[in-house]
Amino acid sequence: MFYREAGDFKTSYRDDGQTFPIRLDRWGYYAVLAVAFLVVPFVIDSYWANAVLVPFLIYAIAAIGLNILTGYAGQVSLGTGGFMAVGAYAVYKLMTAFPGVPIVIHIVLAGAITAVVGMLFGLPSLRIKGFYLAVATLAAQFFLVWLFNKVPWFYNYSASGQINAPERTILGWAVTGPATSASAKYLVCLVFAVVLAWVARNLTRGSVGRKWMAIRDMDIAAEIIGVNPLTAKLSAFAVSSFFVGIAGALLFAVYLGAAEASEAFGINKSFLILFMVIIGGLGSIFGSFAGAAFLVLLPVLLKNVLVAQFGWPTDLAAHIELMIVGALIVFFLIVEPHGLARLWALTKEKLRLWPFPH
Amino acid sequence: MTQATITPDGRQAGPVLMDLRNITLRFGGVTAIKDISFDIREGEIRAIIGPNGAGKSSMLNVISGFYVPQEGEIWFKGYRRGPMKPYEVARLGIARTFQNIALFDGMSVLDNIMTGRLNLMKARIWSQALWWGGAEREEIENREQVEKIIDFLEIQNIRKTPVGRLPYGLKKRVELARALAAEPRILLLDEPMAGMNVEEKEDMCRFILDVNDEFGTTIALIEHDMGVVMDLSDRVVVMDYGRKIGDGTPDEVRSNPEVISAYLGVEHA
Repeated sequence: MFYREAGDFKTSYRDDGQTFPIRLDRWGYYAVLAVAFLVVPFVIDSYWANAVLVPFLIYAIAAIGLNILTGYAGQVSLGTGGFMAVGAYAVYKLMTAFPGVPIVIHIVLAGAITAVVGMLFGLPSLRIKGFYLAVATLAAQFFLVWLFNKVPWFYNYSASGQINAPERTILGWAVTGPATSASAKYLVCLVFAVVLAWVARNLTRGSVGRKWMAIRDMDIAAEIIGVNPLTAKLSAFAVSSFFVGIAGALLFAVYLGAAEASEAFGINKSFLILFMVIIGGLGSIFGSFAGAAFLVLLPVLLKNVLVAQFGWPTDLAAHIELMIVGALIVFFLIVEPHGLARLWALTKEKLRLWPFPH
Repeated sequence: MTQATITPDGRQAGPVLMDLRNITLRFGGVTAIKDISFDIREGEIRAIIGPNGAGKSSMLNVISGFYVPQEGEIWFKGYRRGPMKPYEVARLGIARTFQNIALFDGMSVLDNIMTGRLNLMKARIWSQALWWGGAEREEIENREQVEKIIDFLEIQNIRKTPVGRLPYGLKKRVELARALAAEPRILLLDEPMAGMNVEEKEDMCRFILDVNDEFGTTIALIEHDMGVVMDLSDRVVVMDYGRKIGDGTPDEVRSNPEVISAYLGVEHA
């Protein structure tokens, strides 16, 4: 049983275009899904949910969103934190204004609202590119956070200036608020992550995705074959912001439960997610998960090893952890500038020939 | 409209498909194209030649909508074309290749050629997001068309290769495939043989003739290799310093004294 496509003949273009053309990959993917849905929810405890899995899934959604914009459509954005804030405040306003409506609809609507805001801030991309566009999106980051702090309507005039997620249920299970169980939080985020990853994959393999990649690789040639730069760029901003908005809504409502714009959605968030995308691999859905895993799991792992195993003091461990994560980021970028996804792809390419490389 | 006429090699040239009338293009003080008129007929291979800096590429850029000429009219399929964006021109059925290859390096050969069909794909973004309804069917239908072009240009074995890894000659062929995938009425080729060896040139010539023959595509090309131009084309426009100095069949152009002096220089007695 080798990892190989030989003998696995594709007899239709439909088969040839599938996401996992190699049989072993396909099985691996189904196995991971089965474990994630059927095993993990029963064994998860609140530490694993809160420290590891829930943030991993939420950041993976945000990373897919940014990857669509930066990795597929080639438009650099530093406004991710601001767009996550839009998702969070939108879901908060919707939850408090229409308590009877199911939370899932609120979360999707929050994504849609963020998509509109994202398109608005994507307008400069029609005239400016690269670093200059990054600076323009930085304006979105600061403006949006400032707006949510400045206008009391957004936080329903609460004295603390914070937003707090009221309790909501799906099929009788609490998914927001203090009574939420670990497995409920995990499952909600998992369903969103899986569905959104599937949507992202569909979009990027069809004609919309080709338009984005054409604009990314050579915008002049894209225009000459009939891609309207306006619709291609704005659709990338809209779809990307939709994903990021849902991530923001989940981060606030399901994970944090309470948030304050400048603290939870500051510029650090924008950079964190950009790093995830770069380390994971630009233009790869798998890379978004890999990057999110790297930056969410590694600090937790290091903390456990340093504090629990070596018995170091917590503050020292926290500093060492930052240094090690930073060094590893540099290391990985030197080893493979195209990210973990490329590293994975190269491994698979070698594996296809292993153990008979000639 | 002009009547169909018989070209010297016995082929039938159709009615005028594109008519360029008194085109003048200026960049600031520099006049790149000076009052040039010529037409392109349905089904012919039309060459534009001239020394470096004669304005050939600018002419092609005018046709494909990159530059909007200050003066003159462009008539296509019997209608006058207003100022248009390049992507609007593409949607009219004008495809082109570039002198310095303009492929999408991050995508596979197949995906690159599929981009040529973007204008023929109509599935809405919702349908694509769920890969449901029209999206998948459309993808497969277009894939079938693209496979025909892949067969035609004999690039089956590199289908899934990223374009960045291909050698130069194959890249040129993939670029031609992408332009063909759009099923254009007029195909503009900007130096399709530049930088190729003799064998690759011969291949490319055969593909150009086959495209013209089998698909009936009208072709306008810029080329420096005189042998190629004289053999391939039905009619030739000669440009020099932004002016048109000759227009006609290869034989007529070859014996035109002004053309000879532009290429070989004039003898000063």
